[in-house]
Amino acid sequence: MLEKALVGSKRYWLWLGVLTAIIGVALIQYLRQYSYGLGLTGLSRDVSWGLYIGQFTFLVGVAASAVMLVIPYYLHDFKKFGKIVILGEFLAVSAVIMCILFIFVDMGQPTRIMNVVLNPTPNSVMFWDFIVLSGYLILNIVIGWTTLAADRKGVRPPQWVKPLIYLSVPWAVSIHTVTAFLYAGIPGRHFWLTAVMAARFLASAFSGGPALLIILALLVRRFTKFDPGQEAIQAVGKIVTYAMFANVFLLGLEFFTAFYSNIPGHMHPFKYLYTGLEGHGRLVPLMWTSSIMAVVSLVLLVFPGLRRNEKILAFACISLFISLWIDKGFGLIIGGFIPNMFEGVTEYWPTGPESIITLGVWAVGFLILTVLYKVAASVREETAGMPENH
Amino acid sequence: MSMNRRQFLKIAGVSTVLGIGGGTVITGLRKTGLEASQVSPDPRALKAKRWGFVVDVSKLKSDEDYQKCIDACHGIHNVPDIGNPKDEVKWIWKDTYERTFPTTSEDELMNKELKEKKFFLFCNHCAQPACVRVCPTKATFKRQDGVVMQDMHRCIGCRFCMAACPFGARSFNYRDPRPFIKKENMQFPTRMIGVVEKCTMCYERLAIGQQPACAEASNGAILFGDLDDPNSAVRKVIASKFTIRRKPELGTQPSIYYVIGGADHA
Repeated sequence: MLEKALVGSKRYWLWLGVLTAIIGVALIQYLRQYSYGLGLTGLSRDVSWGLYIGQFTFLVGVAASAVMLVIPYYLHDFKKFGKIVILGEFLAVSAVIMCILFIFVDMGQPTRIMNVVLNPTPNSVMFWDFIVLSGYLILNIVIGWTTLAADRKGVRPPQWVKPLIYLSVPWAVSIHTVTAFLYAGIPGRHFWLTAVMAARFLASAFSGGPALLIILALLVRRFTKFDPGQEAIQAVGKIVTYAMFANVFLLGLEFFTAFYSNIPGHMHPFKYLYTGLEGHGRLVPLMWTSSIMAVVSLVLLVFPGLRRNEKILAFACISLFISLWIDKGFGLIIGGFIPNMFEGVTEYWPTGPESIITLGVWAVGFLILTVLYKVAASVREETAGMPENH
Repeated sequence: MSMNRRQFLKIAGVSTVLGIGGGTVITGLRKTGLEASQVSPDPRALKAKRWGFVVDVSKLKSDEDYQKCIDACHGIHNVPDIGNPKDEVKWIWKDTYERTFPTTSEDELMNKELKEKKFFLFCNHCAQPACVRVCPTKATFKRQDGVVMQDMHRCIGCRFCMAACPFGARSFNYRDPRPFIKKENMQFPTRMIGVVEKCTMCYERLAIGQQPACAEASNGAILFGDLDDPNSAVRKVIASKFTIRRKPELGTQPSIYYVIGGADHA
């Protein structure tokens, strides 16, 4: 089926060319970082994780969100998702690859990455994260590819795929739970030491990921002859709305516990993020942007009348996605490091090379996504009108 | 039972592999600790069940007294002086009471002398170290004598340990440290970019019967000994004076005790 990705319109090739150019520039910056060290980034002794790990965390959520299509379609037999579920699975594939790349560019000694496998350490959450992410990548490639290939031939997918599909449901939950455990099990970082961390992660994943999927589905419909289906998109819209309310609710719980208990260590990171602490407030404008965009998206999503208008739905989804990107891809990680272990404030801001490398990894993700979606759309164009048999 | 040549070779081959490989696996499993073995241990080596420190800063009078300990450590361990806080690498340093004990310090009425006193900070070599728990490659591990070690050759530079350590004891080589080493000690390795490092309790000195360098240079302000031995010097001080540890509420059980005030209670 990969041959479908080798033929395309001028616009398709132009888009791939642009992405490749970005990747090229980022690669040069990465080589600089590789030789100079991570000192090229804005990271420091006090804020030792930043943009890269934030993106990693955020994208694990995007990857996990495929399950929001798999559950209705495969467990509840919600036929409307028949065409769109492949978009979710392929989005998961590209998101997991981006996750792995973000971990890779964040490593001080990337050539030693196999040490994680050579010295397996079950007491380290990172070891489990490595396992669940690789497993999830394989599951989604195998499931997506096999079901699409079967659709193309107009036959049922082989029987052995079904157990894998069912396995992918708890597996999706596991990747984001384990990722939350990276943070939620660390003593001494009050901002992260919260039992609702994994729940928050899942809620933000199940709103942010499907929101991105709606945007992508609308783009697919616009640029190809494959229509994921208006009803399917509306149904995903409902999922986004519910999950976003759950997410904002859980964030509210964090605020209550921190401020009603009045424990300084719990309040300080929130103060740093939303009002500034000890005269430092570099993240304040960003965090408020995130809050405002979250409210805007919720207002637009909660009224069915507004949500049914696809232009408004798209706007709400973009707003929601940016809001969550700031909150989880940036604030959540930095907030854990400020104040530092001595209750002092060392601020962080990504440098130019760091931002370009980040952009480059996203470009790799979009390149893979474009190729996979091109294949999916071409197959769907061929088989237009035929029902999906899985 | 009859057996043809082919079957015999199969069985012989499998048993050879099991004999060689299987034996190694079993011996490997039997070892419960992570003690590196030497051909013959140095008889001078200092031994303990759980090494620890007592820091009595009342014995440190001037900035020079502090600097002597810091220089002793950083000098022999090739710790670079990079000169900016962002890329800074440090194994031992001094700071105020409020920053050393941030969870016990929200008190504006506190004794002025205590407020202005400087404390030594270095790796606590916790009994339940969070850094060891999170390391995905066992690059940081705990020895049977309580030393929390750091293998700079196995470290992949993920910095999970830096996020996990509640005491900010760990530094990362954000850039090549070698140009910033004033005078290289050829007896101790230098580090490369991209690995985490910290105080390793002068394991190289313990192995030849010497006290940690900071303790040696401290004029009695830093006591070193076995926390598991009730008769050790450190245990006697802990028994007779008021001591505190950093962030004890986190359950990591630090092995550094700080004497506060200095007056004998017993």
